[in-house]
Amino acid sequence: MEQLEKETDPKILQALLASRNDYTIEDALENEMILNMGPQHPATHGVLRLLLRLDGERIIGCVPELGYLHRGYEKMAENMSYYEFIPHTDRLDYISPMANNVAWVLAVEKLAGIEAPKRAQYIRMMIAELARIASHLVAVGAFAMDVGALTVFLWTLREREKILDIWDILCGARFTNSYTRIGGVANDAQPEALAKAKWFIDQFEPYLAEVEQLLNTNRIFIERVDGVGVISKEDAIDLGFCGPNLRACGVEFDLRRNAPYLCYNEMDFKIPTYTEGDCLARYFLRLDECRESAKIVRQVLEKMPQGPVHADMPKQVLPQKDEVYTKMEELIHDFMIVNFGINPPVGEIYHAIEGSKGELGFYFVSKGEGHPWKCKIRSPSFNNIQSLPKLVIGHLISDVVAIIGSIDPIMGEADK
Amino acid sequence: MDLKTLIPQKLKEKFPAVEFEITDYKDELTFKFDKKFVVEICAFLKSDPELEFKSCTDITAIDWATRKNRFTMVYNIFSMKHNFRLRLKADVDEADCKVDSVSSVWRAANWQERETYDMYGIKFNNHPDLRRMYMPEEFEYYPLRKDFPLMGIPGSLPLPKK
Repeated sequence: MEQLEKETDPKILQALLASRNDYTIEDALENEMILNMGPQHPATHGVLRLLLRLDGERIIGCVPELGYLHRGYEKMAENMSYYEFIPHTDRLDYISPMANNVAWVLAVEKLAGIEAPKRAQYIRMMIAELARIASHLVAVGAFAMDVGALTVFLWTLREREKILDIWDILCGARFTNSYTRIGGVANDAQPEALAKAKWFIDQFEPYLAEVEQLLNTNRIFIERVDGVGVISKEDAIDLGFCGPNLRACGVEFDLRRNAPYLCYNEMDFKIPTYTEGDCLARYFLRLDECRESAKIVRQVLEKMPQGPVHADMPKQVLPQKDEVYTKMEELIHDFMIVNFGINPPVGEIYHAIEGSKGELGFYFVSKGEGHPWKCKIRSPSFNNIQSLPKLVIGHLISDVVAIIGSIDPIMGEADK
Repeated sequence: MDLKTLIPQKLKEKFPAVEFEITDYKDELTFKFDKKFVVEICAFLKSDPELEFKSCTDITAIDWATRKNRFTMVYNIFSMKHNFRLRLKADVDEADCKVDSVSSVWRAANWQERETYDMYGIKFNNHPDLRRMYMPEEFEYYPLRKDFPLMGIPGSLPLPKK
């Protein structure tokens, strides 16, 4: 204990010891133990640190510590223009950067009163849904790997590579895309990219069924996750659960349906829900969501209208590069936007989209300047990790790994 | 009845002593009131069967730097029953940098208030576990205040203890 006091911050230790519970097992080891899990632990999905208080192998206290990946993005956003921050959104939820790009530009467009053309909105919908598939594939794969099924991870990453290839054609980058622009997207979607997306969707579902076959009949997998980390509907809402995790508790809530943005109200899709609220339900739900997303992408590709991909608002929307080099007006606008920003009117807005992990929102306060006076990132992972102590208390230490994997936190987003 | 008329009406009926400053910008309803009433009003909005603002989406603060009341607390709350988003605001003066914690109303507010404390130095009364969220405990500054430089302060981040 003395050694522990020396090495651990006193306030963290106090928080850990304050959560006294009555979980005791007869004849277990009498002395309690405090275990430090992470930040350098392969199953904590990045740099999440957990302090666990153990009675034998059972957890009776848990304090998550965040901040190992804190880069101060909110401070940085206050000091750069709305355009300049787009590449930084890639680094928030780095598993699905496209969805973050979309969330950022939609929030800025709401603040500045810009509406992107229909084709741009369809392209955004397509990339947001592909990003969701890519994110859920990593989530399912990493979750299975955490509980010991390594093969699934290789299979899902193989599928994810195909999505990254689509992004490669679309915007030239596989990982940090920065594809969207305020008032549109960087460039029109090439026919090859759309054809590749169509091809991917067509061949994707049989592969997903293979993954399911591998896991759903695997008794070891099922027994490790069934009934583990259960949270009730009321607790989940109160603790700020969001996204797939919330829907796995039986709450039919999805911002695509409940507060439609882009053109989601023109799409036909279901919102899968499960009522169990355990790790297994969260895994099933992610697979179901992949299928629904694939359905949306298919409809988007069928209905994709022709037309421009930039809003016709030269004072606020960056002109195309070839125009900048040949036309005077565009050169001036480009200079003004790059140097002074887009100056949205005085006001404040909050806009959220259903990101891959849950409700990803941005809150802006504008004073009419080129950079936001205040930018708050409402990140879903941060709110999901908050319920972790509630989920793990009473379980064994090996279940912690499964529970972390099932709520799918991304620390780049939680730490900002 | 439309929620945009129902909520102000209900709040004024229930809290006749409170002065509400109501704004509606870009279809987002905002209430501003004195910080003394934060917990009461939040508890009412959550428990009222016609409103049910059961989820607390986000809590943050704004640093106005030069205004008389330097900070403004911002609560973004959401009603899943009506799909309605509401924003509550309360001014906080730098001399009395304290607000009552709403973590007794929504448990989700726990970490969100910790983050606000970490970034702005606003203290929350009756908070169960008010520690810094991201920065180390020995850090003496509040990074999102406007007087904190973008480049940071050299030497302000201590090295871990040996």
